Amino acid sequence: MQEQEEETPAFTEECDIAVTVNGRHYEQRVTVRLLLSDFLRHELHHTGTHVGCEHGVCGCCTVLLNGEAVRSCLMFAVQADGMVVTTIEGMAGTNSDLHPIQQAFQEKHGLQCGFCTPGIIMTVHAMLHENPNPSDEEIRHELSGNICRCTGYQNIVEAVKLAAERLREQNMEV
Amino acid sequence: MATRWFGAPIPRNEDPRLLRGKGNYVDDIDLPEQLHAAVLRSTHARARILNIDVSAARVLPGVHLVLAASDLGEVLEPSPLLVPHHALTQPRTQLPLARDEVHYVGEAVAFVVADNRYIAEDALDLIDVEYEPLPVIHSLEVAAAEDAPLVHADVPGNVAAHLAQTVGDPDTVFSSAPHIERETLLMDRGAAMPMECRGVLARWDAHEDMLTCWISTQGPIPIRNGLAAIFHLPEHKVRVIAPDVGGGFGTKIMMFYPEEVLTPFAAIHLGKPVKWIEDRREHFISANQERSQLHEVEYAFDDQGILLAVRDKFLHDAGAYTPYGIIVPIITACTLPGPYRLKNYSSEFTVLYTNKVPVSPYRGAGRPHAVFVMERIMDRIAGELNLDRAEVRSRNFIAPDEFPWDVGLVYQDGGPTKYDSGNYQAGLDKLKVLLDYDNFPAMQAEARKQGRYLGLGIACYVEGTGIGPYEGAQVRVESDGRVFASTGVTTQGQAHYTTFAQIVADQLGVDPKDVQVTTGDTQAFYWGVGTYASRAATVAGSAMYLAAVKVREKAKLVAADLFEAAPEDVELAGGKVFVKDAPHRSLTLGQVAISANPLRYAYGENARKLMSMKLAGPRPGPALPPERGAPGLEASEFYSPPHGSFASGVHGAIIEVDPKTGMVSFVKYAAVHDCGRVINPMVVEGQVHGGVAQGIGGAFFERLVYNEEGQLTNASFMDYLIPTAAEIPPIAVDHVETPSPLNPLGVKGAGEAGVIPVPALFASAIDDALSPFGIRVREMPLHPLRLYELLEELKG
Repeated sequence: MQEQEEETPAFTEECDIAVTVNGRHYEQRVTVRLLLSDFLRHELHHTGTHVGCEHGVCGCCTVLLNGEAVRSCLMFAVQADGMVVTTIEGMAGTNSDLHPIQQAFQEKHGLQCGFCTPGIIMTVHAMLHENPNPSDEEIRHELSGNICRCTGYQNIVEAVKLAAERLREQNMEV
Repeated sequence: MATRWFGAPIPRNEDPRLLRGKGNYVDDIDLPEQLHAAVLRSTHARARILNIDVSAARVLPGVHLVLAASDLGEVLEPSPLLVPHHALTQPRTQLPLARDEVHYVGEAVAFVVADNRYIAEDALDLIDVEYEPLPVIHSLEVAAAEDAPLVHADVPGNVAAHLAQTVGDPDTVFSSAPHIERETLLMDRGAAMPMECRGVLARWDAHEDMLTCWISTQGPIPIRNGLAAIFHLPEHKVRVIAPDVGGGFGTKIMMFYPEEVLTPFAAIHLGKPVKWIEDRREHFISANQERSQLHEVEYAFDDQGILLAVRDKFLHDAGAYTPYGIIVPIITACTLPGPYRLKNYSSEFTVLYTNKVPVSPYRGAGRPHAVFVMERIMDRIAGELNLDRAEVRSRNFIAPDEFPWDVGLVYQDGGPTKYDSGNYQAGLDKLKVLLDYDNFPAMQAEARKQGRYLGLGIACYVEGTGIGPYEGAQVRVESDGRVFASTGVTTQGQAHYTTFAQIVADQLGVDPKDVQVTTGDTQAFYWGVGTYASRAATVAGSAMYLAAVKVREKAKLVAADLFEAAPEDVELAGGKVFVKDAPHRSLTLGQVAISANPLRYAYGENARKLMSMKLAGPRPGPALPPERGAPGLEASEFYSPPHGSFASGVHGAIIEVDPKTGMVSFVKYAAVHDCGRVINPMVVEGQVHGGVAQGIGGAFFERLVYNEEGQLTNASFMDYLIPTAAEIPPIAVDHVETPSPLNPLGVKGAGEAGVIPVPALFASAIDDALSPFGIRVREMPLHPLRLYELLEELKG
């Protein structure tokens, strides 16, 4: 036992990873137990991705991993090695204008405290990529992995509908 | 007052930043050399601490500091009792770290600071605490039992407080009333659960002898004052900032949570910034909760359905400590009469300690319980007399010409429970339209033929809002023309950067986009209390208005001198200041601000232009004429309401219940709300929506389940179910507007309203849907399994 304790515990081992985040390539050495959410927030300082429960229920930490919405609190940074991550900071790209989804959230008052908002926007992004014309029921179903404690979801649903409509009009793929 | 922006549903100033992920929540701030803290929490609901061994934790590489109670010196003081009351005879507040005994699972026992959070949590595992478990009080029933074990050994009977108030003469009324009913009504524990947990970042600046703390709180100014006292610092050497706050709902209007003292203590001790961020499990077992009350109510009414008298006795669960005094049960007692002409009422409550997380206000703060009781009464009267439920309410409403209406009780702020204005029948009429009330019986009958159980519920409430003591605001135009407004209240989603900007914009003739509002930073404004009790728009909004008026009047004085005109002929519009009928010759607000500061050293573009305009030179006499007061285009004002203003509303819903499973779904939900004049209807509707969703959670899914050992058995989002978009129905909202005569804006609070009537209307709708089974709902929340059990009991 004594010998084992003196060894470096496996979870504190370090590992080199290469990740592309919002179009920028990063090569970094990380502890294997570092969560992807903590890596994005505290190593790369992309603090727009929030952490609301750290057990994969609230959806605040949702990011796109190779285009798919995932919970960054349920993944280790090392698992994202070689992958492409998009966070809320990457939504508008280098444009000064907000992304149409972001614009719709402002126009429809789809956010209040704003804490869950980045995760919801990433979820909506993935949703509209899969289904550019979702029904109310589909929207509510797709949003049910993200908890918002402020809005009662009313205006979030409205914002998603508006964003979907605009994106269809502009033939803009998300 | 010009009202171009007041009342307009404009988009929010705060949104672009938050939507880009550029919010600034406490955990988004990382300072150089910052360390991270973690808290060791009690695993027992009640136990004696025999020994704490931190030696192994202290030597773990990466650990900088381990604190137990004995390491805190004079900082080991119980937290302040925030709202003392003569009836609270046995107040108890918490130590930053437990010393001799722990009183709830989750109570802070030790505090570790390390290089990062991961190592800090590793160190927690190395701390060895020896506990001697003691008998646990896990419920109100157990706390109230004769010979019950004691939560605090020196508090007999577990009784923290006892308060009785009487209006009129209920006993005489009961002795001759035609109808009398008695019943027991229960509300169980729930929690606010903001999406951002609590958090503290503290920095000690040795060069300036200054402590700066970023705290996810609703009350940074009282915390600053408290920290200054604890650490013997001048108040101006402590800066507390509530940056972006990811929801509060009451649970963050506390001081002190232990970490708010421990984190700055560690930062001062180590000379390095220290951050503590609560995780969700910690939030479940250490952030204050609410709701649990047990009411024994009796009520008397006549053949016409007029409520004659109410006698309500209730037990209120305080949890392990009473940091917030007995505010919650006082609000319950004062809210119970609601919109009804109740002239004979006695209320008696006993506040009991339990070995659970302490209780302080959570959105609604004692009101949902009271409304549940009163609206159960209204439904029962209708049922007993076979009258329409809305009609019974109408017969009992206070009429619009009866205001101000004095309920006769002392409110939470020590002032009268005196309704300033209202029109309850107008609200109910609108609700009936939204719900298609008159056609519901046919719809219900049709559904029953198909074996479906539809039910309609309604619930009315009156909500005390906008209490004092006061708030203040400062409005300032800088020489480049930018308008800054600051106030001591915080913002955790209520759109203050927009609504306060709307108030200021109207007075200064600018666009709200051009008014930069700062809230919750003691460096920007250091007088005031915080955002709670649905009071920010009313109290701080009124102060903002008064300060903006003062700035406008000052701008007129300054411009009048420059233009050699009368001040009353000067106008402010479109960001310009000019003499009425001569808008071609105008100054910018920035130029007026420069002129308002009689310096020889003005510089910049605005100053140069001003020079070239060859306006009138200064008058002889003092450079700052007495009527202008201070230099600059700046003013501070304060507003202190005479007493609270009373908002009101009525909600209704149509639900469908599946009696085979106890599952309930919403067919329709409608809310009619009266918060006086509305600053931004989009924002107010958003507040109502969010409140309703929280209310549905609290009526249906959200119950904190403690076992007999006082362990919270559902301390995660997997088990404590917060409603999602799939559970919350579309909500129709309409407004009634009865302005408050108490404040210059005519506004009342709106923040808590949505949540208040939901448990009551949910019970009402379930009773209606399942009337063939003869059900009477007497408890909240009511999750599907419990509803199923109730139905089985009725069948058996």
